[in-house]
Amino acid sequence: MDSRLEKIASVLQQQAGATLEEFRGEVRLYVPVDKIVDTLLFLRDEHEFSLLSVLTAIDFWPQDKPRFHVVYVLTSLTQNLVIQLRIPLDGEAPKIPTVSRVFATANWRERELWDMFGIEVEGHPDMRRILMPDDWDGHPLRRDYPLGYEEPQFSFNYKEIDLRKPYVKE
Amino acid sequence: MGVEQKLGNMGVVTTTLESAVNWARTNAMWPMLFGLACCAIEMMSAQASDYDMSRFGMELMRPSPRQSDLMIVAGRVTRKMAPVLRRLYDQMPEPKWVISMGDCASCGGVFNNYAVVQGVDEVVPVDVYVAGCPPRPEALIHGVVTLFEKVKAEKIKDEANA
Repeated sequence: MDSRLEKIASVLQQQAGATLEEFRGEVRLYVPVDKIVDTLLFLRDEHEFSLLSVLTAIDFWPQDKPRFHVVYVLTSLTQNLVIQLRIPLDGEAPKIPTVSRVFATANWRERELWDMFGIEVEGHPDMRRILMPDDWDGHPLRRDYPLGYEEPQFSFNYKEIDLRKPYVKE
Repeated sequence: MGVEQKLGNMGVVTTTLESAVNWARTNAMWPMLFGLACCAIEMMSAQASDYDMSRFGMELMRPSPRQSDLMIVAGRVTRKMAPVLRRLYDQMPEPKWVISMGDCASCGGVFNNYAVVQGVDEVVPVDVYVAGCPPRPEALIHGVVTLFEKVKAEKIKDEANA
């Protein structure tokens, strides 16, 4: 691990109660939910991590505690460093505070997080669906969401599927 | 073309009204730009110089539905886009035809999931399906020529009853 990252990691472990993990060259810090905005502000202002590269989530269903890991990857262009922060969240009512005041790109990424995973974001200025239609039910990228495929039509079941398919009349 | 006689050298031709109307419709059918995804690139290259579609009368690709007769749905239609597609189809004046270009528009293609409409014939009535992923420009032109043959075989009494 880079020496600068070691220093940053030790500071964050004391300040925010973060847990450090290293995986094949990636430096990961598990941060509790209430400390995330301050951590991001600290990294952006004190250590020149000016780019929020990634803001996504991982679903670990059927495991419920934690069910989601919200992943933030910050890049420092001046120092050529990449650091990854994760928030473990439980299954019922997952909520995170918004970071759109720290990084502007987080606005749309948090909308995508709500749309695809159902993770509520507190304090977001414009919370609505971004990829699915506005009246859609459900959160598609969760692991328990059905794939939604339709049965392929081969020659042996051609007629049955033809009768069932909702063709438009005019 | 139907009943046809050239009266001497006077330059007069007689034919049936049906064939004249169908000839006029096929000779200058203007497509509406509806390139959604990768098939749009092949549609563009069919319109460009090497596989010219202007020689079939499709000189102008109008983005406005009010000025076009043919809608080439090129690419996958998502569930979010489907009402928009239907609205634009409704805004086209009669007579209108639809070519569904590519696998995604014809049957959902490789995308068999919740977000893609499985075949654009769930949204608009389709006349010609062109298969391919993406179909070569020659395949699209073959689809267009098939549509022209279909139009030339249309009868006026079918329109009167519709």
